[in-house]
Amino acid sequence: MKNNSINSYFNKLVLIAIMALISSHAMAQAPQASADKGKQAYVKNGCWGCHGFVGQGGIAGPKLAPETKPIEYFQAFVRYTNGPMPPYSEKILSNQDLTDIHAYLKSIPKGPDYKTLPLLN
Amino acid sequence: MTEPTHSGQPADSSPAENLTHPNSQALPQLARRGFLSGVLASGAVAAGTAASLVSNPVQAAGPAKPSVLPPSAKGALAETGVPPDLGHAPGAGMPGSDFMVDVIKSLDIKYLPSNCASSFRALHESLIDYGGNTKPEFLTCMHEESAVAMGHGYFKACGKPLLTLCHGTVGLQHASMAIYNAWCDRVPVIVVGGNDLDAAYRPPGVPTFHAAQDINAMVRDYTKWDDTPVSLQHFSQSFVRAYKIAMTPPYGPVAISLDAALQMAPVHLHEGKMPYIPKYIPTSPPQGDSGAVKEAAKMLVQANNPVIVVDRAARTPEGVALLVQLAELLQAKVIDQGSRMNFPKTHYLSAPATAIANADVIIGMELSDFWATVNAYTDNNSNDGHGTNASRIKPQTKLISINSVDLNTKSNYQDFQRFQVVDVQMAADAQTTLPSLIEAVRSALPNDKKDAIAKRGELQRKTYEEDRIRTRTAAALGWNESPISTARLVMETFAAVKNEDWALVASEGNVSNWPVRLWPMEKHHQWLGRSGGYGVGYGAPASVGAALANRDLGRFSVSIQSDGDLMFAPGVLWTAAKHKIPLLSVMHNNRGYHQEVMHIQRLANFRNRKVNLDGDMGPVGTSIENPDIQYHELAKSMGWWAKGPIKDPAQLASALKEAVAVVKSGHPALLNVWTQPR
Repeated sequence: MKNNSINSYFNKLVLIAIMALISSHAMAQAPQASADKGKQAYVKNGCWGCHGFVGQGGIAGPKLAPETKPIEYFQAFVRYTNGPMPPYSEKILSNQDLTDIHAYLKSIPKGPDYKTLPLLN
Repeated sequence: MTEPTHSGQPADSSPAENLTHPNSQALPQLARRGFLSGVLASGAVAAGTAASLVSNPVQAAGPAKPSVLPPSAKGALAETGVPPDLGHAPGAGMPGSDFMVDVIKSLDIKYLPSNCASSFRALHESLIDYGGNTKPEFLTCMHEESAVAMGHGYFKACGKPLLTLCHGTVGLQHASMAIYNAWCDRVPVIVVGGNDLDAAYRPPGVPTFHAAQDINAMVRDYTKWDDTPVSLQHFSQSFVRAYKIAMTPPYGPVAISLDAALQMAPVHLHEGKMPYIPKYIPTSPPQGDSGAVKEAAKMLVQANNPVIVVDRAARTPEGVALLVQLAELLQAKVIDQGSRMNFPKTHYLSAPATAIANADVIIGMELSDFWATVNAYTDNNSNDGHGTNASRIKPQTKLISINSVDLNTKSNYQDFQRFQVVDVQMAADAQTTLPSLIEAVRSALPNDKKDAIAKRGELQRKTYEEDRIRTRTAAALGWNESPISTARLVMETFAAVKNEDWALVASEGNVSNWPVRLWPMEKHHQWLGRSGGYGVGYGAPASVGAALANRDLGRFSVSIQSDGDLMFAPGVLWTAAKHKIPLLSVMHNNRGYHQEVMHIQRLANFRNRKVNLDGDMGPVGTSIENPDIQYHELAKSMGWWAKGPIKDPAQLASALKEAVAVVKSGHPALLNVWTQPR
């Protein structure tokens, strides 16, 4: 178990380092983001399977929207995650698609507050 | 010694002798065919006189010729006459299968879901004609898997087992997955399989393909007990024994292979007496050793953060009440893994699975997988593709287990999961052990601990409220989307049934566990758990079986029905309509096998390959679309009230209202709802 804790800590360090690298790289070569194309890419690449069609999340994957994580974190996670979600290489998911998907998730409006929904109260 | 012919019969034997069963030798001159002739003859005698028998043209002219004319009164009587008393003693000469019905009736089994077949035709006939088709009532099923799963759901709804009949090799093969589910879910189902055991008398052709010398071998690894009785006295003992074993915790399915000839043969008197039927006396469930119970109690009261984890601990409503007592005494959080309704979801001590992280003592009751309770597994392609394991608890956490399954472990099917070391292990029934454990905890509680325990409870009340808010906030996400979110599906359904004495009889397919997270489940019958063995195809038939039990108990049955599960054996819809079993089936139609979608995506990513969708939404082989299945039309065609496809969440409430009214009128209703994947 100790080894696992060390691994987990090490993984976080690696992710932060990758985020920093991607951040500097992204600033230099940021693709133009399209939320409409992102919606198509989100479906085409199967993100909806675990996260739902509007990123609402569920038991199989966490919510992605609203309050979408920053692009740097998003890119680093998708490319290098070592958790239940498999990493998506550039061959599988292009930088353009990834950027568009992020734009789509950011464009999803905040849903109703549960307090306003009689069925949840 | 007579040389056999090519047909296997002695060369000098007559056809009538060829058909004589060895068992029938105890009744002189009563070969099987001779016996049947006797039945016809004496039926006529019973109806008229000896003279009328002599003048019976059917008897006089030999074998009857086919006729399109209706039978004469005498002919009808001869066809339907009651088998005779042969004059030896009361009951002598009655068909063996009639005696079998008497045995079955002694155990008060209410229903018999089954698919009809020749290997148990004698018992079938006896059940409906001699037995009056009551207790048990024969329910027409279209698949043996459905019949067993109906028994599975029925037991969990009312605590009584059902009997099912399976036809020879192929019937038992059909039934086997459902038997495995019942085994893994610790549910008793009495499976009786017809079999033409005696190869010398076995009818040629189909019955030969459907016979085997040890037919129960195919399910022996996942039944508690099986037998092949060779006499009627043996049958009565085997059947009562099978019932008793199935109904002793840990419960489980049992199998009796029933020789076709034994069903057909007349009752063979033993020393002038009819075979007897043993009285069923339930066996007391095993209770935990008193020393181990005391040791466990000591650990629990000394703990700063004890956590109770339960899976199949509450076998009855009494089990729920006992768990509440123990939890409140210790102010310990309770994680209900949900194979039964063990603990009220509205109780502030109800906690999510993550609550074990800070535990210093964990008591697990009737867990199917203690290892996975305290360890995490991540399918991330590490370790040569085996994935990563990590502990979910603190290193010094003490573990206690009470599990009756420790008394009934087999080798081949390894449903006992990975080996987990525990500090105190009781091979005992948890519910039976709870009263003594509660008493031991009460006795061991030191006065100076009582304030700390009360504070623990107060803290948990706050945590429980925070969890509730988090869950509701998550449920609101995607609330108005189409396809309909699983949280919206589940809560619209709850709103429609909340004023009934409702029971969620199954929730197949993954709806993100919203029912157990959001519905105020408090009573034992309000949630029946899942399949046990994850054999897909359980949901629809188990729901129908549970709804059958609930119909008789005046409860309202509702099921969240997934698309993939329904299509394994949709014929059970017809069974529900045929036998007027009221059930509200709300479909979670996500148009795919979503459990598998990510498995393929994950492997493709690990191998750096783009996954092949071939025009569908999910990887090839995982989608149920193009064409979309019109489940509402399928249900209508089998006699259900049905509506769909419903894609707009705003239309769901009114459709549910209509469906609830149909179910309350005594009929099944289905809504085909297009949903988000999870």
